[in-house]
Amino acid sequence: MSNLFSIAFVMAAVAAGAPLLFGTLGEILTEKSGNLNLGVEGMMYMGGVAGLAGAYYYEQMAGPAASGVTAAVIATVCAFLCAAFGALLYSVLTITLRANQNVTGLALTIFGTGFGNLVGEAMGNAAGGFVAVSQSTKSVFNGGIPVLQDLPVVGKLLFSYNYLVYLAVLVAVVLSLFLNHSRLGLNLRSVGENPGTADAAGINVTAYRYLATCIGGGISGLGGMYIVMAQQQGVWVHNCIAGKGWIAVALVIFATWSPARALAGSLVFGGLSVLRLYMNWGGNRLAPIYDIVPYIATVVVLIAVSIRQRRESQPPANLGNAYFREER
Amino acid sequence: MDNQANYAIELRELTKTFGEVVANDKVSLTLRRGEILSLLGENGSGKTTLMNMLSGIYFPDHGSILVDGKEVTIRSPKDAHDLGIGMIHQHFKLVDVLTAAENIILGLKGGGRLDRREVGRQVKAISEKYGFEIDPDQKVYDMSVSQKQTVEIVKVLYRGANILILDEPTAVLTPQETAKLFAVLRNMRGDGKSIIIITHKLHEVMAISDQVAVLRKGQYIGTVPTCETNPQKLTEMMVGHAVSLNIDRPKTEYQDLRLEVKGLNCRGAEGVKALEDVSFEARGGEILGIAGIAGSGQKELLEAIAGLQKVESGHIFYYPPHPNSEIAGLHVPVDKAGEELVGKTPTQIQKIGVSLAFVPEDRLGMGLVASMDMVDNMMLKTYRQGKGPLVDRKPPRELAMRLKEELEIVAPSISTPVRRLSGGNVQKVLVGREIASSPTVLMTAYPVRGLDINSSYTIYNLLNEQKKRGVAVILVGEDLDVLLELCDRILVLCGGRVSGIVDAEQTTKEEVGLLMTHLSGTGKEGAAV
Repeated sequence: MSNLFSIAFVMAAVAAGAPLLFGTLGEILTEKSGNLNLGVEGMMYMGGVAGLAGAYYYEQMAGPAASGVTAAVIATVCAFLCAAFGALLYSVLTITLRANQNVTGLALTIFGTGFGNLVGEAMGNAAGGFVAVSQSTKSVFNGGIPVLQDLPVVGKLLFSYNYLVYLAVLVAVVLSLFLNHSRLGLNLRSVGENPGTADAAGINVTAYRYLATCIGGGISGLGGMYIVMAQQQGVWVHNCIAGKGWIAVALVIFATWSPARALAGSLVFGGLSVLRLYMNWGGNRLAPIYDIVPYIATVVVLIAVSIRQRRESQPPANLGNAYFREER
Repeated sequence: MDNQANYAIELRELTKTFGEVVANDKVSLTLRRGEILSLLGENGSGKTTLMNMLSGIYFPDHGSILVDGKEVTIRSPKDAHDLGIGMIHQHFKLVDVLTAAENIILGLKGGGRLDRREVGRQVKAISEKYGFEIDPDQKVYDMSVSQKQTVEIVKVLYRGANILILDEPTAVLTPQETAKLFAVLRNMRGDGKSIIIITHKLHEVMAISDQVAVLRKGQYIGTVPTCETNPQKLTEMMVGHAVSLNIDRPKTEYQDLRLEVKGLNCRGAEGVKALEDVSFEARGGEILGIAGIAGSGQKELLEAIAGLQKVESGHIFYYPPHPNSEIAGLHVPVDKAGEELVGKTPTQIQKIGVSLAFVPEDRLGMGLVASMDMVDNMMLKTYRQGKGPLVDRKPPRELAMRLKEELEIVAPSISTPVRRLSGGNVQKVLVGREIASSPTVLMTAYPVRGLDINSSYTIYNLLNEQKKRGVAVILVGEDLDVLLELCDRILVLCGGRVSGIVDAEQTTKEEVGLLMTHLSGTGKEGAAV
């Protein structure tokens, strides 16, 4: 049993928090446009299985010449596109056809879960048992920045992760700058707050919603790929996302729609989710108690936010509503 | 040709239909440069639809629009901006969590980075030019209604609009704020801008505009120069026949004390003090008007009396009606020396005879269920009566039929969801239902909000009838002219406190307007009663 106050715990928290961060950032972008996409879980499955498929089939085609870095790039692109496609389905249904967002999002979760398991297991059957990626690809996902990671303390603490962790942090920073310091970000926020106003100001509400939802979906999908490629070492495990998409949805609220707070929030939730490995209390029988902690934290934040009544920490005012210009 | 180039806007035979309803039928209209045109018409006469076609919200079915003599197609609000047309909507199109400056530059092209300081400077420059007061860094949710309106106007000017359309801009302003707005509009006219203003208030039409265009039932009736017309003539153009513009204020027989509010304190939803030491009396057989800027505690006061709002301290005493009056004995008997209403449930208070008809901004928010029909909405008040677990739909159905007939409610049938009725008819259903329970205290807020002259008068008559029966009517209103003509006394609220109670026959609009914005000494209350 390792110590709670160790570098290993922080590293494990970061590794567990990264997929949550992707899911959360994608959903923040989506919700800022006024779309409540509850399909994060489904999109993570889609991203996960597409990433694995991309890397695996690239290796099959390239044979022994396959490069781990190329496989990782292909996996990333495939995961993003496949999850974005899931979000596109959601967008067509909710934005163009104005279907109920909650129902559509739940349907996307069910669809994505089925899609991921179906494709993942079919790939395994075709390969005669299970698919596995090459050692060089695995080592890319094991990560670590050469030289820097050998530094004492900071090396492990800051430079020992794979490229996805740094990518997630970069996305958070960029998203934060975009939302708060750019004209496009201002326009996007106004679409989520009050689409009628945005429309009257000459902003193309439909385009903003489609783009934010699809790009957001793609970002969420990277979280799924992280789970499959980094945590499971490129092997498909049945029902592998296991509710992490839902934690991401909760994290959006926990972070009160701020990418910067999502960064901290995902670390906290990542830490909470590996807590049981680093604490002795309760033994095996009480282990599920640790799984509850993130949800309790979310409830506490929800209550705190509603008590404080700070206008800036409220959800986008038009979250969950379709927009139709000529509605009377 | 020369003449034509003088028109900022020319509309030719514009037609717009919604399903089977013809909102605009071949409307032609012209607006000269540097002119203020009032657009007048009853509810549903198609004013807003017409203006929405100019600002790109709706697209016309037929007809053409000429801007500066050139035919144009306006497919979206963006097209309208590009043509220099800016509309200030009745319901402000602002994002609450953003600042004034952010709202103003919303949707505009420019550098990718947001330079808040530069925008602030430009906003200040425009404000100084026309005489606005605005703080670019203030959040919209912290603003008063008139500040929000200022942001809307600056937003339109910032985009370089030469043609401004204002949809009922004065509906929510105090007389002083209205005067300020009109001064700004005159400045803009002097600067060569063309302005269309939609309003129901005829005296404002007379005060501000150069020309008046009238619509009736989607058709264009005509345009007259303001200096050659008067309110009476305009009303006749609007309604199509002669109408009396005077509101009755009948004298009544019994003026017994009905409601006595003493030192009432309560907090609103956000924990802010909504009412502070409010004291007044309401008598049977009179209409007590309540004036005040929106959000001064009107809602909380009515809800406190109806038992919907928690009271921190203070008393509300109810006295039964005069035993000889028509409405005596219809309700649960109460203590003649004054029954305390604080602490009672809304149902108990209702049974005593206190009834609340609140017409909120969205009309359906409180009191009626939009997707239910008239019968079911009637039943909301009566479903507790009768025996057994099943409801009896017959009495509410009869009541709905009666109301439809008596109040001339225009509805396909009593089983149409109330959501589909027009605003005026929805309000008639709501007020009618409250009156049907024969209350002894009838509280109503904004019963004529957004209604045209004819429907408004129907509601005024309903209230007067109740007054004659000896009911104590409490009316929260926003149009001071109406309050002054209809009410017997007017209580003015300012920031949750009573800033004065005045005799409606003696006072002036200016006095009430001042009371609405400035809190005078509390000693004045007693003296003015």
